[in-house]
Amino acid sequence: MSAPRFWREINQRYNLVGTECGNCGKKYFPIRSVCPECHRESIGKMKKVKFSGNGKVFSYTVIHVGSSMFQMQTPYIMAIIELDEGPRITGQIIDCETKDVKIGMPVESVFRKIGEDGKSGTIYYGYKFRLMK
Amino acid sequence: MVGIVSYGGYVPRYRIETKEIARVWGKDESIGKGLGVFSKSVPGPDEDVATISVEAARNAMKKCSVNPGEIGAVYVGSESHPYAVKPTSTIVAEAIGAGPNLTAADYEFACKAGTAAIQTCMGLVSSGMIKYGLAIGSDTSQGAPGDALEYSASAGGAAFLIGKENVIAEINKTYSFTTDTPDFWRREGEKYPSHGGRFTGEPAYFKHTMNCAKGLFERTGTKPSDYKYAVFHQPNGKFPVNVGKMLGFTNEQIKTGLLTPRIGNTYSGSTPLGLAVILDVASPGDRIFAVSYGSGAGSDGFDITVTEKIMGIDRNPTVESFIADSKIIDYATYVRYRKKLWLGGE
Repeated sequence: MSAPRFWREINQRYNLVGTECGNCGKKYFPIRSVCPECHRESIGKMKKVKFSGNGKVFSYTVIHVGSSMFQMQTPYIMAIIELDEGPRITGQIIDCETKDVKIGMPVESVFRKIGEDGKSGTIYYGYKFRLMK
Repeated sequence: MVGIVSYGGYVPRYRIETKEIARVWGKDESIGKGLGVFSKSVPGPDEDVATISVEAARNAMKKCSVNPGEIGAVYVGSESHPYAVKPTSTIVAEAIGAGPNLTAADYEFACKAGTAAIQTCMGLVSSGMIKYGLAIGSDTSQGAPGDALEYSASAGGAAFLIGKENVIAEINKTYSFTTDTPDFWRREGEKYPSHGGRFTGEPAYFKHTMNCAKGLFERTGTKPSDYKYAVFHQPNGKFPVNVGKMLGFTNEQIKTGLLTPRIGNTYSGSTPLGLAVILDVASPGDRIFAVSYGSGAGSDGFDITVTEKIMGIDRNPTVESFIADSKIIDYATYVRYRKKLWLGGE
């Protein structure tokens, strides 16, 4: 990933900033410029909104054979998190054993290293999730 | 008066016991007892100084109602910044919603870069240049495999929001004692630091910590019995206890802020985390004596008085909650998490 491509999404990745349709009130993550339900009626009415980071496990899987960037973390959990505000997003669940995760468990977002462009490239940070204590 | 408006700490979840490190290197298990360090924190494979600093900063912002947009300065002190060139402080500022109307920089002064950041923020706030400043001390320190440092070098950090309004603890005075003393260093490009062995003790840690403490007593007209708590830099579990006794403090005054026996030496996070764990339990009127130490070498001393405002904040999550939520790992997992293994094809 090039540095500018990541940089463009820093606000979304660091602070879970998405959008809310000013017409129907539905919230989206990542950011959308048009509401897929209200179409043209949402144009100019999409506003940015920061999500709390709290949600619950909608579904998950355990990765045992990761890509080279993640092989130091296997086995690790990838999940679809349903945020309290509605949107469902994909994220890693960390700081727990794979057997501890169950569908429906409450989670909170944390700030972690997501990846890096090799040893000399930029480091990417963003959201992951941990089980609510 | 300038003081601490809010604070937050963070300690990674993983721990390795010193007896496990001793087992791998064929040393006597009692080495931990000798150092006064029984386990140390280990960052997860996706944690570094930026993530630890952000978690600490977010925990500080949760405790207060300050608008992040009013923060005029962010300083992160560490000797393990993820980049050699590219600030950690900008990552932290962005991740707490501060900026862009602020100044930011990374500090490096071995283990006292975090307290140097607090002093900088005090100056900027006192002069009226900024309303709030965020000072962070955070590290993911490394010791070479088999080196004495490996038994203590750990990870953690604490953040302090410095300001003049609604302070939960006033900083009555700060004083520093600094000389050019090469007791511990890491050259550019080197992965692990080097140290002067016993030279790190008497002419380095003890000389600077003692002189800073004595200088602070002189300037404040105080004595050890005036303080409820005392916290010193904690390279191991013995030095801070010894220096406290030499100055006339009791174990009762020192024990609350002494975290090294359980989490190791968090370097730039050491004194800040010790101060944070004290603030987690302190009552209005309590006076705190804090002296950091950074190799190279220098000490920053602080005379702090807790105010009534501390009763009005929710002090959760406490530093103790992060220390309690721990998972012991073996040396092989530690090697994997700390990237001491070279994988073919990397």
